[in-house]
Amino acid sequence: MAQAKPRVKVPKSAAAGEVVTIKTLISHEMESGQRKDKDGKVIPRKIINKFTCEFNGAKVFECDLDPAISANPYFEFTAKVNESGSFKFTWLDDDGTVITDEQAIEVK
Amino acid sequence: MELNRRQALGLSVAAAAFAITGFKSGQAFATAEDSEKRIMEFTGGKAPQPGKITLTAPEIAENGNTVPVSVSVESAMAGDDLVQSVMLLADGNPNPAVATFHFSEASGQASATTRIRLAKTQNVIAVALMKDGSAFMDTKQVKVTIGGCGG
Repeated sequence: MAQAKPRVKVPKSAAAGEVVTIKTLISHEMESGQRKDKDGKVIPRKIINKFTCEFNGAKVFECDLDPAISANPYFEFTAKVNESGSFKFTWLDDDGTVITDEQAIEVK
Repeated sequence: MELNRRQALGLSVAAAAFAITGFKSGQAFATAEDSEKRIMEFTGGKAPQPGKITLTAPEIAENGNTVPVSVSVESAMAGDDLVQSVMLLADGNPNPAVATFHFSEASGQASATTRIRLAKTQNVIAVALMKDGSAFMDTKQVKVTIGGCGG
């Protein structure tokens, strides 16, 4: 599979102290380790096992994922912004791959 | 409820199928006790109370591969009134663990939405752990038409 491509939706600007909603989506098959191929062999597990969101270096939201998360993991959560800065999103794959994305937000 | 011939036949087939899968599921699927154990581990042995936490899930999911679920917890998200984490469990999946969300003061609100897989009709459980050590729980039954674990 090609490198997973994340899509993140963060509002471009917000008022100070506002709670904004962030939506993230990443394309990933999230192979559960429960399925079998046509020879009856178990397809090894390969999922994203951790997702984190940081704002200017401080932790905002984290999630530990288990195989019961659907393919192309989607998250919607909130963050309180007091100052302009950037959100950093990280996805950790079982095979050690780290996928990151960054989005800036301006506080008026 | 009155059954006609067709419905009665359908029912008996379903019952037979259930008997077969039910027998096999003895090992393959998680049990309610397993989820119970995980909840106790998560809360540190405290029985979670109802209230404060709201779990939103569809009553009927046509496709068990992507079932949208949301959790939100009433909290000021400051000081001691802070939600540390929320654990999602599905007690009828091969492995009941679904996901664990970790919140912080910078989250503003303790609410999150994701999409999960459900193998069959079962209960989805959300447990919130607060900073002061108290725990809250909500449960929703989701009817699944097509299971989402392949195989």
